[in-house]
Amino acid sequence: MSSTIAQKRGFASTLWDYLTTVDHKKIGIMYLIAGGFFFLVGGLEAMAIRWQLVRPENDFVSAGFYNELLTMHGTTMIFLAAMPLIFALMNAVVPLQIGARDVAFPFLNSLGFWLFLFGGVLLNCSWFLGGAPDAGWTAYAPLSTTSPGHGVDFYVLGLQISGAGTLIGGINFLVTIVNMRAPGMTYMRMPLFTWTAFVTSALILFAFPALTVGLFLLMFDRMFGSGFFDAGMGGNSVIWEHLFWIFGHPEVYILILPAFGVFSDVFSTFSKKRLFGYTAMVFATVLIGFLGFMVWAHHMFTVGLGPAANSIFAVATMAIAVPTGIKIFNWLFTLWGGNIKINSAMLWALGFIPSFTIGGMTGVMLAAAAADYQFHDTYFVVAHFHYVIVGGVVFGIFSGLHYWWPKMFGKILNEGLGKFTFWTFFIGFHLTFFIQHFLGLMGMPRRYWIYLENQGLDTGNAVSTAGAFLMAIGTIVFLYNVIITSVKGEKVSGDPWDGRTLEWSIPSPPPHYNFRQTPLVRGLDPLWIEKSEGRKGMTPAEPLGDIHMPNSSILPFVMSLGLFIASFGFIYQTSDKSWLSLVFIGMGILLGCMFIRSVKDDHGYHIHKEDLDKEAGL
Amino acid sequence: MAENTNSSNSHLDYHKQKKKDEMKQQVITFALMIIFTIIAFGMVTSGLDKLFVVPILLLLAVVQVGFQLYYFMHMSHKGHELPSLMMYGGAAVAFLTVLTMVVLVWW
Repeated sequence: MSSTIAQKRGFASTLWDYLTTVDHKKIGIMYLIAGGFFFLVGGLEAMAIRWQLVRPENDFVSAGFYNELLTMHGTTMIFLAAMPLIFALMNAVVPLQIGARDVAFPFLNSLGFWLFLFGGVLLNCSWFLGGAPDAGWTAYAPLSTTSPGHGVDFYVLGLQISGAGTLIGGINFLVTIVNMRAPGMTYMRMPLFTWTAFVTSALILFAFPALTVGLFLLMFDRMFGSGFFDAGMGGNSVIWEHLFWIFGHPEVYILILPAFGVFSDVFSTFSKKRLFGYTAMVFATVLIGFLGFMVWAHHMFTVGLGPAANSIFAVATMAIAVPTGIKIFNWLFTLWGGNIKINSAMLWALGFIPSFTIGGMTGVMLAAAAADYQFHDTYFVVAHFHYVIVGGVVFGIFSGLHYWWPKMFGKILNEGLGKFTFWTFFIGFHLTFFIQHFLGLMGMPRRYWIYLENQGLDTGNAVSTAGAFLMAIGTIVFLYNVIITSVKGEKVSGDPWDGRTLEWSIPSPPPHYNFRQTPLVRGLDPLWIEKSEGRKGMTPAEPLGDIHMPNSSILPFVMSLGLFIASFGFIYQTSDKSWLSLVFIGMGILLGCMFIRSVKDDHGYHIHKEDLDKEAGL
Repeated sequence: MAENTNSSNSHLDYHKQKKKDEMKQQVITFALMIIFTIIAFGMVTSGLDKLFVVPILLLLAVVQVGFQLYYFMHMSHKGHELPSLMMYGGAAVAFLTVLTMVVLVWW
């Protein structure tokens, strides 16, 4: 319904609609487009890295440019691709799964998106303004504090802005899930994707402040002459490492937990079974969330924390394998005896189990502090984290996109192309990264731009690059799939998969108010319960009435633009103080918008009952 | 409905009494907080030993935060189980994290 209206509109009015929207579904689509774009940018950087390493002493890029490439590949993929794609799924699905009409703070939802996007654009502006950051995605001091040029300044401010957006988004989802569940949707009836989104949001709330603090200290060190990380001025560069990893380790669970949620929903839907061990899955998720905070120093075993600290963190790290193992076995038991249907979404989920298990296993190997002295800073580590992040998060995003695409856009992605993408990407992925374990064990250090020939590294690197090309082909075919589906794909019903959870009880794509009447939830997998009792849809929990909706607003966009402008002022005031004028202009725009937002009453609007009836053709 | 209207008087009295009690608690808490603050300022200006003053200051601060949360922000009321869980969980994690980091960096 809403899409036919959109087609009749002109381009400018559609654009304005998206710039001002506070609708979680549209914000989800924008996260998807922006995250997808940065995924391609990060992928291009990865291809350049692999092409540089295809043969010994290659000269495809210079050493300095290689440093920029590897820094931006890591930063882009984590902060600008994986995080927003996770947020895309959360925005598209979580309110629908809990039977809500929108998130708790629609305005903040929009603000979170625009902050992320402007932060990402700011970071990538560095390519055209004298060079990208080159201190690695971890930006360890003193390398980052002494890196010449403005590259690391862009890193600091870009991540600061997009990090604020993520923090806002996390708080928004916490409040939404706590307060806006439909009647009967108790905590232990929430679908697992909603549960993982909940725990992820809590992790964001507690982990991102550490990054914020670290980035501020780094900003002061680089721009205002402080010495937090400068040993010569009484500082300590290890503090940055601690702050970064206090954030950084929970961050990887922030990424992987929603993927776990996607797989849980996909396995249960396409096995036609209730998720095995639902309660254990919930507690495993919460436990991973808690343990995730107490393991950060395993990234720093070789810093010299001493044997006692190393042992404590090694044991804590290994303990995380237990709840993760619980999850793996529960997925296998969900499949066992199920009426299994293997389509693209399911293929990604099935491919995830062995891939992620390999990554988990090398994780336990790395957790053994004594052994880590050998593995540290070699390609073994690179192989490990690509196995968990690509094999876990990226597979999860692909699986989730195939699964929820009909809900987001009303069309099913082409199955043939989807399977082709899976097999090329899956084979390419293992080809690229499996061999890197052995490259690492043979002593190839990470982040080096060349290696010498006849050291046993030539073949392995060539194989790895070949695999990367297969992954690229898979991604291109997926893009083609998206285009061909949106042009030629057939409209599907609201429930193409014979789904179990609330999002499948409403049309695809959902009307902008989601639920005409708030549904009554009577158990886990609420739609399945109604279906198994012979009903077509959910029983409403309320009579049909007026629906209260939030108004659109351009303010989030303008506020983010203000911070974007101010950032340039902060970055360039080191060379010329007149740049400070940009800081005042940008912050003025931000504060002005905050003032307008505070004093202007905005009560939203109502969709009247009669219009709802008309729309439904009654 | 009929029963409700019959009992509404006692119901009202009950609520009145409850409000009154709460008001009393808030006034007492308010007075205590002012006294605590005076003690805190007094200790700092009196020039006592730092090692003695700082822990007491911290203790007074923690108690005041508790007062604030439970008596002025109504966390003592029903329906605050989840916020308490989040706050205590978060505080525990944050405390452990900060403690560990401080120990690792400066021990």
